[in-house]
Amino acid sequence: MNDMRAVERDVDTNDLKITARGVDVFYGDTHAIKDVDVDIVDNTVTAFIGPSGCGKSTFLRCLNRMNDTIDVARVEGSIMLDGEDIYDPKVDPVQLRAKVGMVFQKPNPFPKSIYDNVAYGPRIHGLAKDKAALDEIVEKSLRRAALWDEAKDRLDQPGTGLSGGQQQRLCIARAVATNPEVLLMDEPCSALDPIATAQIEELIDELRSRYSVVIVTHSMQQAARVSQKTAFFHLGELVEFGETGHIFTNPSDPRTESYITGRIG
Amino acid sequence: MPLLWILVIVLCLGVAGYVLGRQRAMASAGGDRRILHSLPSYYGANVSIFTIVPALLVLTIWLFVQPVVIERQVTSMITDTAIEDAGSRGLVMTDVRRVAEGLDVAIEQGALTSEEARNIRTEFTNVRSRLGEVGVALGSEVTPEVLDAAQRYRELNRIGNQMMTVVVLILAALGLGYAYARTHQEFRARNTVEYAILTILVLASTIAILTTVGIVLSMLFETFNFFQLYPAQDFFFGTEWAPTFESDASELGLLPLLWGTMYVSVIALLVAVPIGLFAAIYMAEYASARVRSIAKPLIEILAGIPTIVYGLFALITVGPLLRDYFAEPLGLGTSSSSVMTAGIVMGIMLIPFVSSLSDDIINAVPQSLRDGSFGLGATHSETVKQVILPAALPGIVGAVLLAASRAIGETMIVVLGAGAAARLDLNPFEAMTTVTVKIVGQLTGDTDFSSPEALVAFALGLTLFVITLGLNVMALYIVRRYREQYE
Ligand SMILES: Nc1ncnc2c1ncn2[C@@H]1O[C@H](COP(=O)(O)OP(=O)(O)OP(=O)(O)O)[C@@H](O)[C@H]1O
Ligand SMILES: [Mg+2]
Repeated sequence: MNDMRAVERDVDTNDLKITARGVDVFYGDTHAIKDVDVDIVDNTVTAFIGPSGCGKSTFLRCLNRMNDTIDVARVEGSIMLDGEDIYDPKVDPVQLRAKVGMVFQKPNPFPKSIYDNVAYGPRIHGLAKDKAALDEIVEKSLRRAALWDEAKDRLDQPGTGLSGGQQQRLCIARAVATNPEVLLMDEPCSALDPIATAQIEELIDELRSRYSVVIVTHSMQQAARVSQKTAFFHLGELVEFGETGHIFTNPSDPRTESYITGRIG
Repeated sequence: MPLLWILVIVLCLGVAGYVLGRQRAMASAGGDRRILHSLPSYYGANVSIFTIVPALLVLTIWLFVQPVVIERQVTSMITDTAIEDAGSRGLVMTDVRRVAEGLDVAIEQGALTSEEARNIRTEFTNVRSRLGEVGVALGSEVTPEVLDAAQRYRELNRIGNQMMTVVVLILAALGLGYAYARTHQEFRARNTVEYAILTILVLASTIAILTTVGIVLSMLFETFNFFQLYPAQDFFFGTEWAPTFESDASELGLLPLLWGTMYVSVIALLVAVPIGLFAAIYMAEYASARVRSIAKPLIEILAGIPTIVYGLFALITVGPLLRDYFAEPLGLGTSSSSVMTAGIVMGIMLIPFVSSLSDDIINAVPQSLRDGSFGLGATHSETVKQVILPAALPGIVGAVLLAASRAIGETMIVVLGAGAAARLDLNPFEAMTTVTVKIVGQLTGDTDFSSPEALVAFALGLTLFVITLGLNVMALYIVRRYREQYE
């Protein structure tokens, strides 16, 4: 397995976006992530799969330092973004998060209007020079998140008044609107119907041309459909990481195989 | 039987009812609790409720009604001559009650046997000195008529108490029997018990509402009396406050007092709201757990200081300080009591109200909202300004309004800090006074409740009540509007 990864790395060295080496995460005394090495390649979709509680969200949150907000969390090891250690004291987590956007597992719209929710990031980062430009960003983001048709007549209504699935798409639109270089998506389709799911998957595919996307999912089909790389986590360990096609057709670890075929988890 | 014993017996019956009801329910289900409609404890509680509640209800009513009935019976025994001698019917009845009590005390202490007490005669014994020996002092000699009335009073009381004991205990037993008989596996005990609990909850809120209504009505009534004696437009629009207790020339204008109240409150809020809010934001968002655990109790100590101590602080420290360093150099006045003094000190007092409540409210904003904002690359202060504070706003408005009603109702700090002179003035270094101070002022000392000078206190009180009510309605309105927009 290790050999295989070494080979891949050689191939992709030039456009590695994120490299994580020997990452350990502790919540107090709980050892949630154990010595994980992952490479996120530019312009690809990487899927994290694994049973519930195995540490997918935890690892995802390491990639934009969201674990900083949890007092008991401690991250060790090195994570490089474009060759720069993101846990270096010199790095400003605020700037990092502007580059590495995130869609959370639980939809968390702000108690503001739908419009203000999407415009939040562009306003903070000064991405729009006037109101018309902002309107355009909001519309484009909502369209990409497949929410425009449902939301265009109620942009001034509270985002918290949307349905669960609509809120999830609002959060996706909000993250897309800030134009991140890497987008981390924690189960972005967990509350969506098949049509909306397909639209989001389309969006992910489209985003790939400019950014890299990391997606956590519990749906094997989704991982197989949208991702080029797949990482399988189990009990805090990275069991297997490689080409999606390879993992799904010819997994080298027996645990991966039993998970994919539905025996663990 | 003493009241305590009745209570103990009823409660014991209630406990017994609980055990019996539970047992019977289990027995009716053949020991299988799954067959029961409700959990076994509900059957027990049901029997308990039927035992205790009606008995205690009757007991309470009886305790209120019995004295009234007996009083009426005994009063009819007293002749008009006796009333004329004593001055009024009430005074005679007071004597009767004291003699009756005295005899009971004498029996309790063993100075008289109950036989002797019943046969005691004014012709043969000096009842006054006899009762004096056991510590019951009477104002005058006991007349045969009063003694008769007292004896009748004791007799009626004895019968009444006996009847009460019997009725209450029988009722408890009946309730127990009835509920016990109804206990059966299909009986919906849970519904009955929950209905009883609901009734208690409704009663509690009714009491709260009725009290408010009662307070408002009594204020309204007295205010109405006031306006019979003093023209309403002079009260509401008068710019002069000069009560004189001697003549009819009192000027009782509300405006100077209202102005003082508003002026002091506004200054107090200008001090308390920014400091309190910023302290809350620091503690909720930035302070480490250790700092927070020390700083929060320290700030809350401010809330525990009695307002009179704040008043002293205003009187001896803040007042002279403001006068020497601000008012006099700026040529704004030479008084150490001033609106500014009272306002600042009151503001300090209000800091913990604003900070503590706002801190709790900010903490209640879900972490997921902060994460969402950080995840979009917002800084901590952007997150606070644009996400946390808007989400917490309804609660913060509530905290500020609570502080405002405290400020409007505050008295002690104003008396000591701002003085007692009613004045309509813009200069914040001038002594002024507030509505509450004048309410106290008009009602202390010898007050004649038929003069406008005393009754004006109720009109002032009602005005304050209406103002705070208005504040609350406004708060509700703001909060609701805000919610409609965002949540
Ligand atoms: N804030 C926290 N404090 C303490 N322990 C945590 C915290 N968050 C996660 N954990 C623990 O870390 C482990 C990994 O959690 P994580 O949320 O990463 O799982 P996950 O793979 O995302 O699961 P799911 O698929 O259910 O979302 C779990 O055992 C969890 O209990
Ligand atoms: Mg997760």
